[in-house]
Amino acid sequence: MNGGFLLSWALRGYTLLLFVFVFAPILFSVVFSFNSARFPTIPLESFTLHWYQTIWADPDVWTAVRNSVIVSVCTAVIATVLGFCTAYTDYRYNFRFKSAYMALVLLPPTIPLIIMALAMLAWFSKIGASGQLWSVIIAHSVLTAPFAMAIVRLRLNQMDKDLESAAWNLGASEWRAMREVIIPFCKPSIISALFLTAAVSFDEFAIAWFVSGLNKTVPVLILEIVQGNIDPQVNAIGTFVFLVSMTLVIIAQVFFTLRQSKAFS
Amino acid sequence: MSNPLVEFKRVAKRFGDFVAVKSMDLSIDPGEFIAIMGPSGCGKTTTLRMLAGLDKPTEGSIYIDGQLMNDVRPHERDTPLVWQSLALFPFLNVRENVEFGLKMRNQDAAVRREKAMDWLDRLGVAEFAGRNVETLSGGQRQRVALARSLVTEPRLLLLDEPLSALDAHLVIRMQSVLTKLQRELGITFVYVTHSQSEAFAMADRVVIMSDGEVAQTAVPRDIYREPANRFVAEFVGRNNIVSGKVSAIEARRVSVESAMGQFSVIADEGRIPAAGADITFVIAADLVEISRTPGDAENTVACSLISEEFIGSVVTLFLETADGDELKVQLQERELVTLDHTSGGTFFLSWQSASAHMLPQ
Repeated sequence: MNGGFLLSWALRGYTLLLFVFVFAPILFSVVFSFNSARFPTIPLESFTLHWYQTIWADPDVWTAVRNSVIVSVCTAVIATVLGFCTAYTDYRYNFRFKSAYMALVLLPPTIPLIIMALAMLAWFSKIGASGQLWSVIIAHSVLTAPFAMAIVRLRLNQMDKDLESAAWNLGASEWRAMREVIIPFCKPSIISALFLTAAVSFDEFAIAWFVSGLNKTVPVLILEIVQGNIDPQVNAIGTFVFLVSMTLVIIAQVFFTLRQSKAFS
Repeated sequence: MSNPLVEFKRVAKRFGDFVAVKSMDLSIDPGEFIAIMGPSGCGKTTTLRMLAGLDKPTEGSIYIDGQLMNDVRPHERDTPLVWQSLALFPFLNVRENVEFGLKMRNQDAAVRREKAMDWLDRLGVAEFAGRNVETLSGGQRQRVALARSLVTEPRLLLLDEPLSALDAHLVIRMQSVLTKLQRELGITFVYVTHSQSEAFAMADRVVIMSDGEVAQTAVPRDIYREPANRFVAEFVGRNNIVSGKVSAIEARRVSVESAMGQFSVIADEGRIPAAGADITFVIAADLVEISRTPGDAENTVACSLISEEFIGSVVTLFLETADGDELKVQLQERELVTLDHTSGGTFFLSWQSASAHMLPQ
């Protein structure tokens, strides 16, 4: 009884420490983004929105945000479409070398990012496509499509295998069944995949840094600011990026776990 | 006689090396209630799926209404199927599920709604129209699935073990719902099941399948009383099967010498076997009399009791001859009282020669 009590508190303490370990750096960054001191030192000086005003007024930041938004939105759409199609292929068809095909499809996230980034850069410069915003979009789509596929595939595996046949049986052509049954059934996972791939793309630095050229995304901009000097602006931008990614990931998670039900009263 | 609605001509279906249906000939008349029955893996579901166009015959032809259907895609036919899993769309509510077939035929929203509500009403589930299908009970979902299949007013309805997931008392209720619907609508039902009671209770004709082939097609009474072969006799159950040699023939009366003793069977005209030929006959368990005294019946066997099986008003007794051959007797539970069957000892089984059914060799 007493031992169980102690163990329970010990586990709680351990969990708390774990969260502190993970979130303290981020929390620091958030706190210092509102601190008026130029250097991150304790004790804190006064509360300020100065750093936020600075980035708000900085056209470079605006350009980077615009680039990041374009890249992550386009990536999310392309990666989710690709991921959905691959997951459906896996669900619907059996063919020779299917396991090899699936392994290849799932490969990109297992390649070290830096290798992937270098390879992308080499490839894009060869075909004269580097340094463009859409180069980043293509590279990010390659990177994130497997995530989208994994999410949609989990949902498809929950589907009664007779559901699609039932739609055909009731007069739906294959395309119609796709539109009226498969996609509605997968909708939560499709939305989840859109948000998750957007989040991954929004945060991704290595590939973007190699491939983006002059079209800097937000993570690339952050590195450039840090390289120059210690500037609390970074904390402000960091807080902003953190909020955006967390929001996207949380939305993705909500849709991922959502049990699809549609009840009218 | 009208033309058959469905015709199978030497239909075979293979999946790689696996033969699901060997060579099937079957014709189904308009308005018939046909049950296809057999053990699992006998090809009954494949037969149904071929009718729906979900599986394509490897050989032979399938005609519906005189039209060759082999290459007609599933969505181009009007052969709705009631699935064993029901396969209701979880993201649609009850009414939208029923409307689905009409929507695929691009019918007007108002018409769709009206027809769907009519069918839900007819099947007694109109009050759930706006509900999510997952909140319904098994019996209610079953009715929704039926409404969804019938809403397009097809001439042919396919049912794949639709009652297998229901409780016993619901099965009986749904059986009467189905037979009533079928009579009222006058459409053809093709009903696949492994349940003999479902098939016998509802069908006009029963098709027994075994190993991808039709073992017998007949009205339920004939399947039960006059099985065409050993497989059907065993599959239908509660049959005693006796094999022996013909020892004497006297007009249609055939004497059989078997391990269990000397019996006589009345052969059908034109099917009288030759003396000395191998012969197998079937005597249904409910046509066997059991008594404590030998009596003077034509066919009598002395046995001892091994076990009994009680299913409500009917009891099956399993008995054994001195040589270890097993025989079954089916009788009313109230008849047991006079038999004093629990005290052991010898029992005498007997039956009329006319009750025995000779299997074709």
